[in-house]
Amino acid sequence: MDSLSDARGMDASRSLLAGAGQLAPPVRRIAPQAQPTVVEAPASGNGHTTTLGGLAPKLQRLPRADTTPLERMRTDRLSIAYGEKSAVNEVTLSVRQGEVLALIGPSGCGKTTLLRSLNRLVDLTPTAKRGGRILLDGEDVDSFDVTHLRRRVGMLFQQPNPFPMSIFDNVAYGLRERGSKKPSRRALEPAVTEALHRAGLFEEVKDNLEHPALALSGGQQQRLCIARSLAVEPEVLLLDEPCSALDPISTTTIEETIVGLRSEVAIVIVTHNLQQAQRVADHVAFMYLGDLIEYGEVEQVFNAPVAERTREYVSGTFG
Amino acid sequence: MSTHAQSSRQLGLYARLRGGDSWSIGDRLGVAAAWGAGLLLCLIAAAIVLYMLVRGIQYLRLDEIFSHPVAGTDQSKNGGFLDPLEGTLLLTVIGTAIAAPVGVGIAVWLTEYGRPAGLARAVESCIEIVAGTPSIVLAIFGLLVFQQGFFSFLSYEATPGVAFGRSFFTAGVVMSLIALPLIVGASREALHSIPRHVREASYALGKDRISTIRRVLLPASRRGIGTGVALGMGRIVGDTAIVVILLGASLQNDPEGSIPGLSLLQGTGSTLTTYVYNNSPVGEGGSPEKAYAAAFVLLLIVIGLNFAVDLITRGRGPSWTR
Repeated sequence: MDSLSDARGMDASRSLLAGAGQLAPPVRRIAPQAQPTVVEAPASGNGHTTTLGGLAPKLQRLPRADTTPLERMRTDRLSIAYGEKSAVNEVTLSVRQGEVLALIGPSGCGKTTLLRSLNRLVDLTPTAKRGGRILLDGEDVDSFDVTHLRRRVGMLFQQPNPFPMSIFDNVAYGLRERGSKKPSRRALEPAVTEALHRAGLFEEVKDNLEHPALALSGGQQQRLCIARSLAVEPEVLLLDEPCSALDPISTTTIEETIVGLRSEVAIVIVTHNLQQAQRVADHVAFMYLGDLIEYGEVEQVFNAPVAERTREYVSGTFG
Repeated sequence: MSTHAQSSRQLGLYARLRGGDSWSIGDRLGVAAAWGAGLLLCLIAAAIVLYMLVRGIQYLRLDEIFSHPVAGTDQSKNGGFLDPLEGTLLLTVIGTAIAAPVGVGIAVWLTEYGRPAGLARAVESCIEIVAGTPSIVLAIFGLLVFQQGFFSFLSYEATPGVAFGRSFFTAGVVMSLIALPLIVGASREALHSIPRHVREASYALGKDRISTIRRVLLPASRRGIGTGVALGMGRIVGDTAIVVILLGASLQNDPEGSIPGLSLLQGTGSTLTTYVYNNSPVGEGGSPEKAYAAAFVLLLIVIGLNFAVDLITRGRGPSWTR
């Protein structure tokens, strides 16, 4: 673990010893009964904390984004079908900068399809048909040039997929060939360094920027993919089960990175891991058979779900 | 003696054949057949290489590689095989220069676009047909085509309106056809092995298909493409029929016209394969020593190409989880 997270851990134990959970500076993860800006202390005896495992407390203490949530994307009665088979039914959702939206639900519920429609990646499937509207900053995504849209809405995949080139070239990939003239390496360097910093990878690779990216470990590769997406400065970042192929330590690092990025980009994460949704999300949307069953703040969806289906899913009865 | 459990784990070949364990008779026969076939293949390969090595060392002299062949049956006076060696290299370069870009292009189109679907299917079948056609049939067909007056710029006009049809150009074009299926096949396989999400990652960064192909997919397929090209070169180096029919299999390279370089390409010549054929006991030259020496050089070239394939495919290419 890096020294930063250790420091955070110490900080937390001090406030615990003081028995002053409520007096700690505004922190995220809201206990059901507490005011919105106060986080439940890790060892307060609430059963739900223990389900989060050892990873949770550290993440819980990351400060909330300073900015007021700002709507970046919105789906408006969005429906997607593959041929005759409907995958998403009239879903209306809002994606805001300053918070993480988690899409959860059993396999085949349409959450990945919904995610992939936000950058129109679903358009690559010849049989896919889309109804309703998707708005980015109030404008219909179909009115954009698709390459322009995809630079504004970045995506991270389930499997780390760096390109077969150097670490530097991977991050610079999205920045090249934008205009008619080819930017020099020197011109790209600040942006590449910045993106690697934001993805929390710079310290590990700063001396090896010319090394092949595929020689990195899985977790590093995934953070490199985050850096690659961030380099083109997207407004929205879509994450499709980004940790499902990673070990627990890499997962923690990625989750910390995600939470840290929340104030700069709007983040949507599809996850099968409910603990992960609890750790990183501010809002949760539960989908089932293409329908949006429930949408709400993370504590509400997990602790006081309105719909019966949601209750069954978050309690592990099905899924 | 070891216990039953141990012996089944450390079962040697003899034990397997003897059936000391619970192997069925079918399995034992299968193992025996596999070992037999493998050993036989190794023996044949070793015999070829050793025989040619002995003969080659016996007859090959360095000056043969650097001297032109001369007509004559006296093996001490009929020169070397510089011209056939040049012919082999030149034809390989021409054939590869045509087949590599076209083959990679076809592979990219088939895997990345594949539309219109009907045409893609037709192209797949056509490649299989070309792959299965004996090279002598391709050669005869090539002669038919290139003897049309329209193609006289590739060879020369024999009589007004009729092209001669035989030249390094025309032979190279047909040679590219025999290398093409191998290059298409290897490139397609390499492109297929790249998971879909790698392409999508590039699209998700706002890249279009063509820059994804150029910057990600082709670099990731380098090994496969290289293997296909090397295998294709091996086929060109080894082909005889096309050389006999479309290159003339003349004793010396015979430039046509007066423009340096171009005249060589428009003219006729021979390769090591036809040189070996002509000088073998069944050929007209009747200089078996020269044939053995040239065959040895040919074998070295082919082994060199195989070695190149090994070098290309050794180690790991880019690997992603699907």
